Amino acid sequence: MAQNIENIKDHVELFHQPEYQELFQNKKCFEGMPTSDLVGETAEWTKTWEYREKNFARENLVINPAKACQPLGAILAAVGFEGTLPFVHGSQGCVAYFRTHFTRHFKEPFSAVSSSMTEDAAVFGGLKNMIEGLANAYTLYNPKMIAVCTTCMAEVIGDDLGAFIITSKNEGSVPKDFPVPYAHTPSFVGSHITGYDNMMKGILSCLTEGKKAETTNGKINFIPGFETYMGNLRELKHLTAALGVDATILADNEDYLDSPNDGEYKMYQGGTPLVEAADSINATQTIALQAYSTTKTRDYIEKEWQQKTAVYRPWGIKGTDEFVMALSEATGNPIPAEIEKERGRAVDAMTDTQAWLHGKKAALYGDPDLVMGLLQFLLEMGVEPVHIVVSNSNPEFEAEAQALLETSPYGKNATIWGGKDLWHMRSLLFTEPVDFLIGNSYGKYLMRDTKTPLIRIGYPIFDRHHLHRYSTIGYNGAINLLNWIANTILDELDRRTIIPSKTDISYDLIR
Amino acid sequence: MRQIAFYGKGGIGKSTTSQNTLAALSENNRIMIVGCDPKADSTRLMLHCKAQTTILHLAAERGSVEDIELDEVMVKGFNGVLCVESGGPEPGVGCAGRGIITAINFLEENGAYENLDFVSYDVLGDVVCGGFAMPIREGKAQEIYIVTSGEMMAMYAANNIARGILKYAHSGGVRLGGLICNSRNVEREVELIEELARRLGTQMIHFIPRHKQVQEAEIRRMTVIEYSPDHPQADEYRALARKIENNTNLVIPTPISMDELEQLLIDFGLLGGEEEYQKAIATLPTAAV
Repeated sequence: MAQNIENIKDHVELFHQPEYQELFQNKKCFEGMPTSDLVGETAEWTKTWEYREKNFARENLVINPAKACQPLGAILAAVGFEGTLPFVHGSQGCVAYFRTHFTRHFKEPFSAVSSSMTEDAAVFGGLKNMIEGLANAYTLYNPKMIAVCTTCMAEVIGDDLGAFIITSKNEGSVPKDFPVPYAHTPSFVGSHITGYDNMMKGILSCLTEGKKAETTNGKINFIPGFETYMGNLRELKHLTAALGVDATILADNEDYLDSPNDGEYKMYQGGTPLVEAADSINATQTIALQAYSTTKTRDYIEKEWQQKTAVYRPWGIKGTDEFVMALSEATGNPIPAEIEKERGRAVDAMTDTQAWLHGKKAALYGDPDLVMGLLQFLLEMGVEPVHIVVSNSNPEFEAEAQALLETSPYGKNATIWGGKDLWHMRSLLFTEPVDFLIGNSYGKYLMRDTKTPLIRIGYPIFDRHHLHRYSTIGYNGAINLLNWIANTILDELDRRTIIPSKTDISYDLIR
Repeated sequence: MRQIAFYGKGGIGKSTTSQNTLAALSENNRIMIVGCDPKADSTRLMLHCKAQTTILHLAAERGSVEDIELDEVMVKGFNGVLCVESGGPEPGVGCAGRGIITAINFLEENGAYENLDFVSYDVLGDVVCGGFAMPIREGKAQEIYIVTSGEMMAMYAANNIARGILKYAHSGGVRLGGLICNSRNVEREVELIEELARRLGTQMIHFIPRHKQVQEAEIRRMTVIEYSPDHPQADEYRALARKIENNTNLVIPTPISMDELEQLLIDFGLLGGEEEYQKAIATLPTAAV
């Protein structure tokens, strides 16, 4: 027996026991697998330029795209509002996947329900599921708002959410004045950032209907976008408080996704109060911290609310400077000494470490706004981005990123690979190696194959804990980014110099 | 901007009627036609050619609907009428209903609905699935005109469409604007359709007499309005256009039961013997609203 109760072997050891090794060998024979030599040879071939060209010529296959589907973004937006239950109109399996995805990243429970559509609903339409689903969700989970989005199934058969929700209210599923905002979120269009945008627009248009007042409330709205760093929400609150901004965050999912453990489970943690969200229509302006996950929402705010909108990405020194100055200008308040000190600290940290980062070549991938933020910081540090893969790209982003790269001498060797996936990135890393790779947990397979050190920044991060509690924005965020990047480079350097009497001449105590 | 839609049984002359009427309406209005039929023949008479480049065809070719520009699929036809065809899959494959949703979303997102007096949707025969109801969702067509004739199947379809409208009317603003009788020279046709309209709680907004001038124009891929503007048939369409323009009789329809519809036909002497009756029942379409 490989497993003995006195000495339980964990996953890492267990499968190296003779029993399992024999089993794997038999399986290989039984399945007629090619020899290890041939596998090795083929693996070598995938490292070549020839393979890269074949790889980039592929048209009808996507391998590991760095994006997720619309409803994932939609329900992330929803849980930022007080007492809000995300309700996905569609099949159960999809929703189980969304919940799991967030739980694996945040290590927090995530509540979302589905209308459990099955084959009969696909044939007859999902109205009945909506009527019963809303009634059940309302009765069982006692939410203050139910935010409805859809899966592919409901979208393909053309279920009309607006009409269904009104009919459900007429049938008494939920009270008539109970807010049930909605967004159509077909997964075969766009990505999670599109879903976030659609849901945010849906919720804001539902809550603010008829709330436009004669005068403004003097507040500023902030839309974080598809934000998975709870530290960033804290940093945003810190900066706005320091500048004396009366801020409404649309929406604040900090407590929900980084909730304190006080021994009692609460289904709805924190969130932007619905009354405050409804009053966001009367703010003086709306500032989004991401552009491409808020496109439709900003358009809606400008047209329907007649409110000024702007996008600031407070990543790195310059990005944060611009953000802080904009807040200072909007409020008329001077930038406090405390913030100046934080800036000084970040600049000091960057100066201390810049020798280790300057001229290093980097590859990175992620959502368009995350990549923009990272590029801002990397260029400030003199890092040379080489490969930039954005699976859910768009032409505006590519133009914006290109323009940013052109502002710096370090950006001239970069290529933006819009719509490409992580298998493309693999070829890029083999043929044109870089010093490090920045991406989410899926990058670990690229690290395994190409030996490029991975710095985990992005979403999802399933295989490291607590990173989401830190910030990437503001001056404090810049220090975190620097910490993660620089120390990974130094760890790698130690690994490369660790062989006694061979490479350890450079295995230095002081770096 | 008013958004209207033409529905009706397949083969009833829906596209011909709608294009002729819209051609007349375009004499003093800015109009966009959105063809919602995979056959893409809702704008043929406006453009003098069969099937312009459709949204979905181009999207399939490019890989995604995001890769196409509005001016590639929106063409100016007769009198500056803007023509768009959603297009869709070949018969027997894919999902035409989803195609309509995709196409209309594309138009909305690309600002096609700006500076217009009328948007008209021409929708295929029956509302067979949710996608075909897209044009009557909230914020889309609010006035439905049903093209029918005195033939039993056309009336059956009209009643079914009224049921579809009823379903959406209580949750949104969609209303029935009236029945358009496209004459098939059935006996007592005017009385019959007027009676049907009365039972459905609406009006017969216009009776279009049958005239071969329509076919004469159609074979040249033109509307009567364009081909022979002075012909009396052109004036019929102008009359209908004017009635639509001034129509305030927008109602939530009161569809009738199958029995009631059959009794109506018997009363008007269309269903003679038992044999004919059985034949009519046997050919009833099963897919309905």
